Amino acid sequence: MVSRPSSTELSPTAISTKIVIAGGFGAGKTTFVRSISEIEPVTTEALMTEASQDFDDLAATPEKITTTVAMDFGRVSLDQELALYLFGTPGQDRFWFLWDDLIRGALGAVVLADPRRLADCFPAVEYFENVPEAPFIVALNCFDGILPFELDDVRAALAIGPEVPLLTCDARDTASAVYTLTELVRYAMNFAGPPALV
Amino acid sequence: MKGTAMLRSSRVRPYAITGGRTIARMPLLLETLVSVPDYDLMVHQMLVAESRDIYALCRSVQSIAEISAALDMPLGVVRVLVSDLADDGRLRIHPTAVHAGVPEHMLLERVLRGLQTIKH
Ligand SMILES: Nc1nc2c(ncn2[C@@H]2O[C@H](COP(=O)(O)OP(=O)(O)O)[C@@H](O)[C@H]2O)c(=O)[nH]1
Ligand SMILES: [Mg+2]
Repeated sequence: MVSRPSSTELSPTAISTKIVIAGGFGAGKTTFVRSISEIEPVTTEALMTEASQDFDDLAATPEKITTTVAMDFGRVSLDQELALYLFGTPGQDRFWFLWDDLIRGALGAVVLADPRRLADCFPAVEYFENVPEAPFIVALNCFDGILPFELDDVRAALAIGPEVPLLTCDARDTASAVYTLTELVRYAMNFAGPPALV
Repeated sequence: MKGTAMLRSSRVRPYAITGGRTIARMPLLLETLVSVPDYDLMVHQMLVAESRDIYALCRSVQSIAEISAALDMPLGVVRVLVSDLADDGRLRIHPTAVHAGVPEHMLLERVLRGLQTIKH
Protein backbone atom coordinates (compact mmCIF):
# COMPACT_ATOMS: atom_id res chain seq x y z
CA MET A 1 0.00 0.00 0.00
CA VAL A 2 1.24 3.44 -0.86
CA SER A 3 0.87 6.16 1.72
CA ARG A 4 0.66 9.71 0.57
CA PRO A 5 0.29 12.72 2.84
CA SER A 6 -2.54 14.50 1.05
CA SER A 7 -4.43 11.37 0.17
CA THR A 8 -7.16 11.04 2.74
CA GLU A 9 -9.22 14.10 1.87
CA LEU A 10 -10.40 14.82 -1.64
CA SER A 11 -11.30 18.37 -2.53
CA PRO A 12 -15.04 19.20 -2.52
CA THR A 13 -14.73 19.83 -6.25
CA ALA A 14 -12.80 16.64 -7.04
CA ILE A 15 -13.66 14.46 -10.00
CA SER A 16 -12.84 10.82 -10.55
CA THR A 17 -11.93 8.27 -13.15
CA LYS A 18 -11.13 4.56 -13.16
CA ILE A 19 -9.12 1.71 -14.61
CA VAL A 20 -10.27 -1.91 -14.50
CA ILE A 21 -7.90 -4.73 -13.48
CA ALA A 22 -9.18 -7.95 -15.01
CA GLY A 23 -7.96 -11.51 -15.23
CA GLY A 24 -8.57 -14.98 -13.94
CA PHE A 25 -8.84 -16.05 -10.32
CA GLY A 26 -5.47 -15.82 -8.57
CA ALA A 27 -3.81 -13.82 -11.35
CA GLY A 28 -2.81 -11.14 -8.84
CA LYS A 29 -5.55 -8.52 -9.30
CA THR A 30 -5.97 -7.73 -5.62
CA THR A 31 -2.20 -7.72 -5.15
CA PHE A 32 -1.82 -5.28 -8.05
CA VAL A 33 -4.48 -2.95 -6.67
CA ARG A 34 -2.84 -3.07 -3.22
CA SER A 35 0.55 -2.12 -4.71
CA ILE A 36 -0.83 1.18 -5.93
CA SER A 37 -3.76 2.02 -3.69
CA GLU A 38 -3.44 4.59 -0.92
CA ILE A 39 -6.31 2.84 0.87
CA GLU A 40 -6.33 -0.84 1.81
CA PRO A 41 -8.21 -2.52 -1.06
CA VAL A 42 -11.81 -2.83 -0.01
CA THR A 43 -14.41 -5.28 -1.09
CA THR A 44 -17.88 -4.25 -1.95
CA GLU A 45 -20.83 -6.39 -2.86
CA ALA A 46 -23.29 -6.11 -5.67
CA LEU A 47 -26.60 -7.72 -5.03
CA MET A 48 -28.10 -9.77 -7.79
CA THR A 49 -31.12 -11.98 -8.06
CA GLU A 50 -31.18 -15.34 -9.73
CA ALA A 51 -34.18 -17.35 -10.86
CA SER A 52 -35.20 -19.74 -8.13
CA GLN A 53 -35.50 -22.78 -10.43
CA ASP A 54 -31.73 -23.17 -10.22
CA PHE A 55 -32.19 -23.98 -6.56
CA ASP A 56 -34.54 -26.93 -6.43
CA ASP A 57 -33.90 -27.61 -2.79
CA LEU A 58 -35.13 -24.13 -1.99
CA ALA A 59 -38.27 -24.50 -4.11
CA ALA A 60 -40.36 -24.03 -1.00
CA THR A 61 -39.39 -20.35 -1.00
CA PRO A 62 -40.85 -18.85 -4.15
CA GLU A 63 -38.91 -15.58 -3.82
CA LYS A 64 -35.89 -14.99 -5.93
CA ILE A 65 -32.57 -16.00 -4.49
CA THR A 66 -30.22 -13.11 -3.93
CA THR A 67 -26.52 -13.62 -4.37
CA THR A 68 -23.79 -11.17 -3.63
CA VAL A 69 -20.80 -10.77 -5.87
CA ALA A 70 -17.66 -9.35 -4.36
CA MET A 71 -15.33 -7.07 -6.23
CA ASP A 72 -12.46 -5.11 -4.79
CA PHE A 73 -11.08 -1.71 -5.46
CA GLY A 74 -8.46 0.79 -4.44
CA ARG A 75 -7.88 4.51 -4.86
CA VAL A 76 -5.04 6.86 -5.79
CA SER A 77 -5.35 10.63 -5.56
CA LEU A 78 -3.52 11.66 -8.72
CA ASP A 79 -3.83 15.27 -7.70
CA GLN A 80 -6.10 16.99 -5.18
CA GLU A 81 -8.83 17.29 -7.76
CA LEU A 82 -8.58 13.89 -9.44
CA ALA A 83 -9.07 10.48 -7.88
CA LEU A 84 -8.21 7.34 -9.83
CA TYR A 85 -10.06 4.20 -8.79
CA LEU A 86 -8.81 0.73 -9.63
CA PHE A 87 -11.44 -1.99 -9.80
CA GLY A 88 -10.62 -5.68 -9.81
CA THR A 89 -13.10 -7.83 -11.68
CA PRO A 90 -15.02 -10.48 -9.76
CA GLY A 91 -13.62 -13.94 -10.43
CA GLN A 92 -16.67 -15.78 -11.64
CA ASP A 93 -17.30 -15.59 -15.37
CA ARG A 94 -21.04 -15.81 -15.01
CA PHE A 95 -21.21 -12.29 -13.66
CA TRP A 96 -20.55 -10.61 -16.99
CA PHE A 97 -23.26 -8.03 -16.37
CA LEU A 98 -21.11 -6.72 -13.53
CA TRP A 99 -18.22 -6.24 -15.92
CA ASP A 100 -20.41 -3.91 -17.95
CA ASP A 101 -20.96 -1.86 -14.83
CA LEU A 102 -17.24 -1.91 -14.02
CA ILE A 103 -16.12 -0.84 -17.47
CA ARG A 104 -18.64 1.96 -17.96
CA GLY A 105 -16.65 5.21 -17.98
CA ALA A 106 -13.27 3.45 -17.54
CA LEU A 107 -10.10 4.80 -19.16
CA GLY A 108 -9.19 1.23 -20.03
CA ALA A 109 -8.28 -2.14 -18.59
CA VAL A 110 -5.24 -4.18 -17.65
CA VAL A 111 -5.76 -7.91 -18.17
CA LEU A 112 -3.47 -9.68 -15.70
CA ALA A 113 -2.39 -13.19 -16.58
CA ASP A 114 -0.49 -15.84 -14.68
CA PRO A 115 1.80 -17.28 -17.39
CA ARG A 116 1.48 -20.76 -15.86
CA ARG A 117 -2.27 -20.63 -16.33
CA LEU A 118 -2.58 -18.48 -19.40
CA ALA A 119 -5.97 -19.82 -20.46
CA ASP A 120 -7.54 -18.32 -17.33
CA CYS A 121 -7.33 -14.87 -18.87
CA PHE A 122 -8.92 -15.81 -22.22
CA PRO A 123 -12.45 -14.83 -21.15
CA ALA A 124 -11.21 -11.39 -20.07
CA VAL A 125 -9.33 -10.83 -23.33
CA GLU A 126 -12.38 -11.90 -25.28
CA TYR A 127 -14.57 -9.58 -23.27
CA PHE A 128 -12.42 -6.51 -23.91
CA GLU A 129 -11.98 -7.29 -27.58
CA ASN A 130 -15.72 -6.79 -27.81
CA VAL A 131 -15.67 -3.48 -25.94
CA PRO A 132 -13.87 -1.23 -28.43
CA GLU A 133 -14.40 1.92 -26.32
CA ALA A 134 -12.21 0.53 -23.53
CA PRO A 135 -8.58 -0.04 -24.61
CA PHE A 136 -6.85 -2.92 -22.85
CA ILE A 137 -3.32 -4.21 -22.44
CA VAL A 138 -2.14 -7.60 -21.20
CA ALA A 139 0.34 -7.85 -18.32
CA LEU A 140 1.90 -11.18 -17.41
CA ASN A 141 2.29 -11.31 -13.66
CA CYS A 142 5.51 -13.24 -13.45
CA PHE A 143 5.23 -15.04 -10.15
CA ASP A 144 8.79 -15.19 -8.87
CA GLY A 145 10.17 -13.94 -12.14
CA ILE A 146 9.28 -17.06 -14.07
CA LEU A 147 8.23 -16.54 -17.67
CA PRO A 148 8.24 -20.00 -19.25
CA PHE A 149 7.51 -18.70 -22.77
CA GLU A 150 8.66 -16.13 -25.28
CA LEU A 151 6.41 -13.07 -25.36
CA ASP A 152 5.67 -13.68 -29.03
CA ASP A 153 4.40 -17.16 -28.23
CA VAL A 154 2.19 -15.69 -25.52
CA ARG A 155 0.83 -13.17 -28.01
CA ALA A 156 0.02 -15.96 -30.43
CA ALA A 157 -1.60 -18.03 -27.69
CA LEU A 158 -3.74 -15.08 -26.63
CA ALA A 159 -4.57 -14.33 -30.28
CA ILE A 160 -4.26 -10.59 -29.64
CA GLY A 161 -3.32 -8.18 -32.39
CA PRO A 162 0.23 -6.80 -32.71
CA GLU A 163 -1.02 -3.38 -31.55
CA VAL A 164 -2.13 -4.58 -28.11
CA PRO A 165 0.69 -3.92 -25.61
CA LEU A 166 1.90 -7.11 -23.92
CA LEU A 167 4.31 -6.79 -21.03
CA THR A 168 5.50 -8.52 -17.91
CA CYS A 169 4.98 -7.16 -14.42
CA ASP A 170 5.30 -7.96 -10.75
CA ALA A 171 1.95 -7.26 -9.15
CA ARG A 172 3.58 -6.91 -5.73
CA ASP A 173 5.87 -4.12 -6.82
CA THR A 174 4.59 -0.54 -6.84
CA ALA A 175 7.00 0.64 -9.54
CA SER A 176 6.02 -2.25 -11.78
CA ALA A 177 2.30 -1.65 -11.24
CA VAL A 178 2.75 2.07 -11.95
CA TYR A 179 4.67 1.24 -15.13
CA THR A 180 1.90 -1.11 -16.24
CA LEU A 181 -0.77 1.57 -15.76
CA THR A 182 1.44 4.09 -17.55
CA GLU A 183 1.65 1.77 -20.56
CA LEU A 184 -2.14 1.48 -20.60
CA VAL A 185 -2.64 5.24 -20.44
CA ARG A 186 -0.06 5.82 -23.21
CA TYR A 187 -1.83 3.23 -25.34
CA ALA A 188 -5.22 4.82 -24.60
CA MET A 189 -3.87 8.11 -25.97
CA ASN A 190 -3.87 6.55 -29.44
CA PHE A 191 -7.62 6.21 -29.19
CA ALA A 192 -8.30 9.67 -27.77
CA GLY A 193 -8.97 12.55 -30.09
CA PRO A 194 -6.09 14.85 -31.03
CA PRO A 195 -4.74 17.11 -28.27
CA ALA A 196 -6.75 20.29 -27.84
CA LEU A 197 -5.34 23.32 -29.65
CA VAL A 198 -4.51 25.39 -26.61
CA MET B 1 -49.38 7.86 -30.97
CA LYS B 2 -47.64 5.23 -28.93
CA GLY B 3 -44.29 5.50 -30.72
CA THR B 4 -44.06 9.25 -30.13
CA ALA B 5 -44.96 8.87 -26.46
CA MET B 6 -42.22 6.31 -25.98
CA LEU B 7 -39.69 8.50 -27.72
CA ARG B 8 -40.58 11.46 -25.60
CA SER B 9 -40.48 9.56 -22.33
CA SER B 10 -37.05 8.12 -23.07
CA ARG B 11 -35.79 11.59 -23.83
CA VAL B 12 -37.06 12.93 -20.52
CA ARG B 13 -35.94 10.04 -18.37
CA PRO B 14 -32.36 11.15 -17.64
CA TYR B 15 -33.62 14.31 -16.04
CA ALA B 16 -35.13 14.81 -12.63
CA ILE B 17 -37.70 17.54 -12.18
CA THR B 18 -36.92 19.21 -8.89
CA GLY B 19 -38.54 22.38 -7.60
CA GLY B 20 -39.56 23.45 -11.08
CA ARG B 21 -36.04 23.04 -12.45
CA THR B 22 -34.86 20.32 -14.74
CA ILE B 23 -31.53 19.03 -13.54
CA ALA B 24 -29.42 16.76 -15.69
CA ARG B 25 -28.99 13.60 -13.71
CA MET B 26 -25.39 12.43 -13.42
CA PRO B 27 -25.00 8.70 -13.94
CA LEU B 28 -23.91 6.99 -10.74
CA LEU B 29 -20.86 5.04 -11.79
CA LEU B 30 -18.91 3.02 -9.24
CA GLU B 31 -16.28 5.78 -9.07
CA THR B 32 -18.73 8.69 -9.03
CA LEU B 33 -17.89 10.97 -6.10
CA VAL B 34 -20.57 12.42 -3.85
CA SER B 35 -20.37 14.88 -0.99
CA VAL B 36 -22.57 16.86 1.38
CA PRO B 37 -22.35 20.54 0.43
CA ASP B 38 -23.73 21.97 3.70
CA TYR B 39 -23.93 19.49 6.51
CA ASP B 40 -26.97 20.13 8.64
CA LEU B 41 -27.61 18.27 11.89
CA MET B 42 -31.37 18.87 11.56
CA VAL B 43 -31.34 17.15 8.18
CA HIS B 44 -29.27 14.34 9.64
CA GLN B 45 -31.84 13.70 12.37
CA MET B 46 -34.73 13.83 9.94
CA LEU B 47 -33.38 11.15 7.60
CA VAL B 48 -34.16 7.43 7.84
CA ALA B 49 -31.36 5.18 9.03
CA GLU B 50 -29.63 4.17 5.78
CA SER B 51 -29.87 7.62 4.21
CA ARG B 52 -28.64 9.13 7.45
CA ASP B 53 -25.54 6.93 7.37
CA ILE B 54 -24.79 7.99 3.80
CA TYR B 55 -25.37 11.64 4.65
CA ALA B 56 -22.99 11.49 7.62
CA LEU B 57 -20.32 9.56 5.70
CA CYS B 58 -20.35 11.97 2.77
CA ARG B 59 -19.24 14.94 4.88
CA SER B 60 -15.97 13.90 3.28
CA VAL B 61 -15.96 13.12 -0.43
CA GLN B 62 -16.75 9.44 -1.13
CA SER B 63 -17.27 7.31 -4.20
CA ILE B 64 -20.35 5.13 -4.70
CA ALA B 65 -18.13 2.06 -4.27
CA GLU B 66 -16.62 3.41 -1.04
CA ILE B 67 -20.06 4.12 0.41
CA SER B 68 -21.14 0.58 -0.41
CA ALA B 69 -18.04 -0.88 1.24
CA ALA B 70 -18.01 1.40 4.28
CA LEU B 71 -21.69 0.90 5.10
CA ASP B 72 -21.83 -2.70 3.92
CA MET B 73 -24.70 -1.80 1.63
CA PRO B 74 -25.32 -3.37 -1.81
CA LEU B 75 -24.42 -1.07 -4.70
CA GLY B 76 -27.99 -1.02 -5.98
CA VAL B 77 -29.29 0.27 -2.65
CA VAL B 78 -26.56 2.91 -2.45
CA ARG B 79 -27.44 4.16 -5.93
CA VAL B 80 -31.13 4.56 -5.10
CA LEU B 81 -30.54 6.31 -1.78
CA VAL B 82 -27.87 8.61 -3.21
CA SER B 83 -30.15 9.64 -6.09
CA ASP B 84 -32.95 10.42 -3.64
CA LEU B 85 -30.66 12.45 -1.39
CA ALA B 86 -29.30 14.32 -4.42
CA ASP B 87 -32.83 15.03 -5.69
CA ASP B 88 -33.58 16.60 -2.30
CA GLY B 89 -30.43 18.71 -2.51
CA ARG B 90 -28.77 16.95 0.42
CA LEU B 91 -25.93 15.44 -1.60
CA ARG B 92 -23.88 16.75 -4.47
CA ILE B 93 -23.02 14.30 -7.22
CA HIS B 94 -19.63 15.18 -8.72
CA PRO B 95 -19.20 14.63 -12.43
CA THR B 96 -16.74 11.89 -13.34
CA ALA B 97 -13.87 12.97 -15.59
CA VAL B 98 -15.76 11.68 -18.62
CA HIS B 99 -18.78 13.80 -17.77
CA ALA B 100 -16.91 16.87 -16.56
CA GLY B 101 -16.08 17.77 -20.15
CA VAL B 102 -12.33 17.30 -19.64
CA PRO B 103 -11.00 16.52 -23.13
CA GLU B 104 -9.84 12.92 -23.15
CA HIS B 105 -6.29 13.70 -24.18
CA MET B 106 -5.88 16.23 -21.38
CA LEU B 107 -7.33 13.77 -18.90
CA LEU B 108 -4.90 11.05 -19.96
CA GLU B 109 -1.96 13.50 -19.71
CA ARG B 110 -3.09 14.42 -16.23
CA VAL B 111 -3.37 10.75 -15.24
CA LEU B 112 0.18 10.17 -16.54
CA ARG B 113 1.49 13.09 -14.51
CA GLY B 114 -0.32 11.80 -11.42
CA LEU B 115 1.06 8.29 -11.85
CA GLN B 116 4.58 9.71 -12.01
CA THR B 117 4.14 11.24 -8.54
CA ILE B 118 3.45 7.87 -6.91
CA LYS B 119 6.39 7.04 -4.66
CA HIS B 120 7.91 3.62 -4.70
N1 LIG C 1 5.18 -14.99 -5.61
C1 LIG C 1 4.22 -14.17 -6.06
N2 LIG C 1 2.99 -14.25 -5.53
C2 LIG C 1 2.03 -13.42 -5.98
C3 LIG C 1 2.27 -12.45 -7.00
N3 LIG C 1 1.12 -11.80 -7.26
C4 LIG C 1 0.19 -12.33 -6.46
N4 LIG C 1 0.73 -13.30 -5.66
C5 LIG C 1 0.01 -14.16 -4.69
O1 LIG C 1 -0.91 -14.93 -5.43
C6 LIG C 1 -2.13 -15.08 -4.73
C7 LIG C 1 -3.31 -14.58 -5.57
O2 LIG C 1 -3.18 -13.16 -5.74
P1 LIG C 1 -4.45 -12.21 -5.70
O3 LIG C 1 -3.95 -10.83 -5.84
O4 LIG C 1 -5.32 -12.49 -4.51
O5 LIG C 1 -5.20 -12.68 -7.02
P2 LIG C 1 -6.66 -12.27 -7.56
O6 LIG C 1 -7.53 -13.46 -7.35
O7 LIG C 1 -6.44 -12.03 -9.03
O8 LIG C 1 -7.12 -11.06 -6.84
C8 LIG C 1 -1.97 -14.33 -3.43
O9 LIG C 1 -1.63 -15.24 -2.42
C9 LIG C 1 -0.81 -13.38 -3.72
O10 LIG C 1 -0.10 -13.07 -2.56
C10 LIG C 1 3.61 -12.39 -7.54
O11 LIG C 1 3.92 -11.59 -8.41
N5 LIG C 1 4.54 -13.26 -7.03
MG1 LIG D 1 -8.84 -10.81 -5.67
